[in-house]
This record gives sequence, C-alpha cells and structure tokens, in this order.
Amino acid sequence: MAKQTTLNSLPIGTSARVTAVNGDSRITRRILEMGIIPGVSVQLIKSAPFNDPIEVSVRGYSLAMRRSEAAAIEVAV
Amino acid sequence: MASTLAHSLTIALAGNPNAGKTTLFNALTGLRQKVANYPGVTVERKTGHWQLNGGLADLIDLPGLYSLDATSLDEQIARNVITGEQKGVRRPDVVIAVVDATNLERNLYLVTQLFDYKVPVVVALTMIDAFEKQDHEINVPKLAKLLKTPVVAINAKSGRGIKELAKEVHLAAMGGAGDAPTFDEADEASGPHAKIFARYSFISKAVQESTRHNDTPKLRLSRKIDKVLTHKFFGLLILVAVLLVVFQAIFSWATVPMDLLEQGFGSLSALAKENLPPGVLTDLISDGIIAGVGGVVVFLPQILLLFLFISLLEDTGYMARAAFLMDKLMSNVGLHGKAFLPLVSSFACAIPGIMATRTIENRRDRFATIMVAPFMSCSARLPVYTLMIAAFFAGQTIFGFVSVAAVLMLAMYALGILVAVIVAFILKRTVLKSPPPPFLMELPEYRLPNLRTVIQNMLTRAWLFLKRAGTIILAISILLWALMYFPRDLSPAQPAPASVAQADAVETPPEDVIKESEQLKHSFAGKLGHTIEPVIAPLGFDWKIGVALIASFAAREVLVSTLSIIYNVGKDADAESTTLVSAIRDAKRDDGRAVWTPLTALTLMVFFVLAMQCMSTLAVVRRETNSWIWPIFMFSYMTVIAYTAAFLTYQGGRALGFE
Repeated sequence: MAKQTTLNSLPIGTSARVTAVNGDSRITRRILEMGIIPGVSVQLIKSAPFNDPIEVSVRGYSLAMRRSEAAAIEVAV
Repeated sequence: MASTLAHSLTIALAGNPNAGKTTLFNALTGLRQKVANYPGVTVERKTGHWQLNGGLADLIDLPGLYSLDATSLDEQIARNVITGEQKGVRRPDVVIAVVDATNLERNLYLVTQLFDYKVPVVVALTMIDAFEKQDHEINVPKLAKLLKTPVVAINAKSGRGIKELAKEVHLAAMGGAGDAPTFDEADEASGPHAKIFARYSFISKAVQESTRHNDTPKLRLSRKIDKVLTHKFFGLLILVAVLLVVFQAIFSWATVPMDLLEQGFGSLSALAKENLPPGVLTDLISDGIIAGVGGVVVFLPQILLLFLFISLLEDTGYMARAAFLMDKLMSNVGLHGKAFLPLVSSFACAIPGIMATRTIENRRDRFATIMVAPFMSCSARLPVYTLMIAAFFAGQTIFGFVSVAAVLMLAMYALGILVAVIVAFILKRTVLKSPPPPFLMELPEYRLPNLRTVIQNMLTRAWLFLKRAGTIILAISILLWALMYFPRDLSPAQPAPASVAQADAVETPPEDVIKESEQLKHSFAGKLGHTIEPVIAPLGFDWKIGVALIASFAAREVLVSTLSIIYNVGKDADAESTTLVSAIRDAKRDDGRAVWTPLTALTLMVFFVLAMQCMSTLAVVRRETNSWIWPIFMFSYMTVIAYTAAFLTYQGGRALGFE
C-alpha cells in the first residue's frame, strides 16, 4: 500500500511518485512546466546547509526548490 | 534566388537556460553581435548576423526560457518576438529551438509550445557528445519524425552539424510551418493545466521511442561533485573560499591596473596642461575631460575581473550552487539566493556588484538587491575612514589591547550591512512588494567553461558600462569640475606673503597651493558649501566640509583631496598624510572652536557609510533599471537615512557630553 505524503517531508534519498500538485498560482504552473506532473517519479537528493532549499531529481535533471514550494507537491512512496 | 532569400531571413534562437544557446549563438555570429535592451524594459536583446547560404541572416538570441506562458517579462518579450508583436523586430522566419540532449524531456516542453505559434521550427540538439558518453543512444531521425520537425545534432565547439543546421533552416524558411503536433484539443475544462499534461505525455512517448538509455547509469559526475560543493559544511567553506578569491581579485589585484590607469591619466592631464596654451579650454581638457574619462576607465579592471569570475562561475554551473547554499539566509530578508554574490562584490565596488545582479531573473528581487548594494562599504570609502581614524583615533585602545581603529572599521562595515538588511526587508514589503517569486532553479550539470563565451561576456559587460554609464559619469564629472572652476577668481592670489617672509615661516604653503585653495573657496562649489551649511550644521559640519561633500559626489575618495585643497595642503596629500591630519586637527571655526572633534569625525564616517555619494553608481543604476526613477529614489532615500543617522550620532554624542 503506497504511503501518501508531500515532497518536502520525504526523507533524503527517497524516491516517490507524484500524485498531485496543489494550488493554482504562478508557482504551481511553473512547477508543472518544469516537468513535475502527476505520475512522474521524483527523488529527494539533499537539503541545503540551513535545511532549505532542497534538491530534487526529476526527469533526469536536478531542480532546487524551497520547502514551502515542495509542500504543495503530493507524492506516494 | 536562394541567396536573396537568405539575405532577408530573420532567425530566432530559443531554448532553456544552460542548453548551450549562447555557445551556438557565438559560433554562428562570431564577433558580429550587438547587445541592447528591448525598448522600455531591462530584457537584453542580443542580435547578430549569420552567414547563411551565401547571404547574411539576422539572428536574434532570445532570453533563456523554460516556457512561453508569459509569466515573466523574459517570456513575454520572447513570445512577442516570435509572434512578431515586438516593435522593431521582424517576425522570425524560423525559430531554432536549442535542446539539451542530456535533459531532453524538459527541454522539449518549450519546443511543443513553439509549435503553437505556427512558426517553422528547427531543433538543434546540443550536448549530444555528453549524452552519448553516458552510454545513451538517441535516434535523431526517429525523433524528427515523431516531432514532425527537423532535428539536427550539433556541437558548436567542434562545428559538428552546423552546415546541416544551416541547410535545414533554409529549407524550413522556404517550406513554412509543417504539420507539427498541436495540443489545442487538450480539454482545459478538465483542469487548468490539462495542456501541460498533454504536452508532457506526448514528450514522454516521443523520448521513450527515440532514445535508449543505459540501464545501469553510473552516478552522474555532477552528483559526485555536489557531494562536496553543496555539502552542509564543506560546501559553505568552499563558497567562502571562492568569494575570498573573487574579493581578493577585485579588491587587491585590480588595484594594480587601476593605479596604472590613474597614473596614466594623471600624466596625460599634466601633458595636456604643459603643451596647450594656458586658459579655460586647456583646463577643461586637462582637468575636466581627461580626468573625467580617467574616472570612467578606472572602473574597468574591477568590472572585467568580476565578470570574468561571474562568467566562469555561471558557465561551470557553480553559480546556481552558490544560490542554493545561500538562499535560506538571503530569503530571511526577502532577497534571492542569487543576490549573495552581487552584494559581496559590492564591498569592493557597488558598480560591478549592481551589474552582476543581472543573474537574478525576478525584476523585483533584482531591484531590491540593486537598491541595497551601495550600503556595502566599498573600497572608495576606505580613504575617508582611514583619514578620520588617523586624525582622531590612531593608537587608541580599549582594555589596553583592542585597537579603536579596528573596532571603528568593523563597526562601519556592520552598520552598512545592518541598514541594508533593514531596507531590503522594508522594500520587499512596500514598493517592491510581490508574492515570493518561485525559487525553483535548475542545478545544471557541471561543465568545463567555454573560454570564448566567458571572454565575450566579460567584454560585452565592460563595453556596455563604457557606453551607457560612462557617458553619464563623464558629463557629471565635467559639471562638477565646472562647479569648482568657475567663476574664475582673477584677482592676484590672496595677500600674498612676501617671498622673503617665506624663509622663516616653514609652515606657509607654496603660493600655487594657496591660490588653488582660494579658487575653490570662491567657486560655485564653495558658494554651494556656504548655502548648504545651515542644513549640515546640525551634523557638526561647516561649509568647508560641505564643499568636500559636494566634490566627493564624483567619487567618495575625492573627499580627501578636496579637504587637502581647502586646507592648503595641496591636492596630492593622501589619507595618511601627516600635514593633512594636522591641518584637520587645527582647523578652527569663526568662533575659535575646533571644526573637527572625534565626534565630528565619527559623524562623517557614519554619513559616508550610508549616503549615496557616488554619481557612477547612480549612472549604473540608471542603466540597469532603465529608468531615472530608481536612481533618484536611491539617492533620496539613502541621503535621508544618512542624514538622520549622522544627526542622531552628532546630537546624541553631544547629549552624552562629547564635544
């Protein structure tokens, strides 16, 4: 049974599948345009020295985002 | 026939940041390129000529984009260029979509958007060598078939595929838009983002069918490098080391060519004076124009060096890592992680620092950074601090071992940073208020820098500085010169001490020094000093300091030479000159009280930390914001803050019983 959580609360190194991207702001749109859409697999690579932002691997490239942004991304582990 | 067509072609280059667009643009155009702003905005417009099939085609380099949905100014401009709505730019006949093969899916997203605009598209596939090195394979003809668009694998450095690209562009220009896939049928009713999903599912399928991936990918090299470079501890340590090198370069290495330039222009100025007939015109040429041009050119070493480093850091991919490391700290005051390097550079000089803010994409973030950059104590303030400390605080210690000079110096730097933090905090909540822009930033693969791109970028920045800011700086230099030169005092030098008397009065300065001093006192600047005296009196400043404040608008360190002239020491005295120091200590007001006390000195230092005493910075802000409003705003608010802080220092000090 897949566990539902958000991208910002994934433990470092974990892979998960995106189930939803919440919100309807410019930021939401940009997250989707960068390829983070439902169904795609993501991996939390690391967090920056002050625990924020985080580095996420998606579609074969690395994307940095703030934890507040990652909180809108629902994933299933 | 073909050549006449090629001659009139307009071709746009579009692509994600880091896709290799600049390298391709440089390879196609060589040195025949022009950088300007699109009218009314700060988005850069890069154009050049491409020798295409015997003719010359106009090549437009669009800003780096992830999308054409017009959420940012860059995207809006790019879309307007592609649709032909951008004034002064012909609608492109062909768009070359630069696509990074190692990052195919996300790069193709922009391509599917280009299809919407019914413009012929040719895909230029870059980084193909790196892709193949990772043991991946790509079937280029298959990809072209799936996209229903010509695809050419290129390598701008080795020249691979460039001829084929030219052929395909030419064919596409004659053939018009093909039947590339469209995504209009995506039902927006099923959700606001249905079209994005449709594009990506098309892309995923196309990529799956045209590439074969190595099943056991080695841990990518970039990931390995990042284990150190973005490490929680070592990453920060290395960042500090990188900054130290950059800082060392612009603070200390740059001074060698800067001193040479200053000497060179000084000799040139003297040469002009010797060889031209004496008169107003000669003085204008020698002290106004030559000195003014020198004042502009002297910034070049710092600008070239800083942009050499910035280009290197950007081209290798490290800049994004630095922003990643610093974002938390910077976002606490409402700034972007990318503001860090420009602000640190501003400790050497705000001018290259402000020019470096171009790496910040969001306009409001960028302007907030520009607005606080001049609070970082730059190297031009050092002579002022040094002079004040030498005159009043030298050799003093606290608790017997902490030098007052060191504490004061540190306090001045800290004051600037503190005020910058407060102002940034306020600006981001008022005039530059905006929802927090997404940080979302690609951490591109590390790459060896392309020397040609790096050098070209460096030279372009330097040239833009000379052209745009240089003209304003020169004009104000000449104006300031005129203020101190006119009206000419034609009466013979003041009750000239008889030359015999000079023998016993060792302290009497030479006649020309006195003459120079009298001239300045009677000039417009001198009168202006008297005019502003009532305003600056509450800060403990007299009119002579007022004159020095006006003159130092040319550059802060000019304060030292202006005080030297006004106190009859001769303009060549430097900040540690003992004659200047004693002249300052001995200066008396009309009522016999000393002009300068430790409190006045401290007040002047506080004023210099915070005041916008630098026309060159204002000229650069004008250029970088493309408006006069921002430099005027900067000047006004910084002057108000500086005045208030100086007022509090002086009056507070007096209330506490200091003189």
